[in-house]
Amino acid sequence: MARVVVDVMLKPEILDPQGQAVQRALPRLGFEGISDVRQGKRFELEVDGPVDEAALTRIRDLAESFLANTVIEDFTVRVDEVAEADK
Amino acid sequence: MTARIGVVTFPGSLDDRDTQRAIRLAGAEPVALWHKDKDLKQVDAVVLCGGFSYGDYLRAGAIARFSPVMGSLIEQAKAGLPVLGICNGFQILTEAHLLPGAMLGNDHLHFICRDQKLRVENAETSWTGDYRQGQEIHIPLKNMDGRYVADEYTLDKLEAEGRVVFRYLDFNPNGSLRDIAGITNEAGNVVGLMPHPEHAVEPLIGTGRTDGLPFFTSILKKLVNA
Repeated sequence: MARVVVDVMLKPEILDPQGQAVQRALPRLGFEGISDVRQGKRFELEVDGPVDEAALTRIRDLAESFLANTVIEDFTVRVDEVAEADK
Repeated sequence: MTARIGVVTFPGSLDDRDTQRAIRLAGAEPVALWHKDKDLKQVDAVVLCGGFSYGDYLRAGAIARFSPVMGSLIEQAKAGLPVLGICNGFQILTEAHLLPGAMLGNDHLHFICRDQKLRVENAETSWTGDYRQGQEIHIPLKNMDGRYVADEYTLDKLEAEGRVVFRYLDFNPNGSLRDIAGITNEAGNVVGLMPHPEHAVEPLIGTGRTDGLPFFTSILKKLVNA
């Protein structure tokens, strides 16, 4: 088993009111000096079998067609090296 | 002979019964369609109704878009089948890329429910023929994810081609770009909007007016005269 992580973020030009609400709460919690917060999604996929180039291609297709809406979101796909090393 | 108009029920759909009722009041025959069926039962048009299909998990409409019924619907919509998406239905249509752009959470982060004033910008689609261009109507709006977004190029293209069908008047309830409440595809057979015409078809309920009824009489006329 190996883990592949897909991170999905709103594109930079898309307004993120949730991130803004988090950012505005920071000074009240004593956190100064953070000028912007953007909130995204992280998917952890447990993959049966080897994570080879073919598997990664399939996962990229999945991310592009389903996990992210590329009209408004960007995504990255990476193998979770820590989870790999734990085996 | 009257027209048969399908209404799809997904797990989490809320307004399928109201939509069927509106279709019946307009004089057409509603046909219940089920999300697991590939078969559209040879209907003449389809309405994707409001609600929270699949709990709005991932993104509103993102999971519904891949349900069995949508495979047939996408294929037939591209071939000219009239499709109306209301609220969650609009979200599903953008996720299916039958309409451009995307829907995001309201900019104020709250659910909103109000009587909304709209201007009809295009009275020539399959679903708006019984309105007048420029007509102002009141129909209920209720949603969490109503913020319409698209890139500048797409927005300019929609405006230039007359594909903005409805615009919010007086008050933008969700931060939608250019006050867009509803749009259509190039052919004019697919229309999506956030407000709920099916809740404004009888004087007793909704806004106390019947400003939503022309959606359903428009499509009936279009189909019967075809």
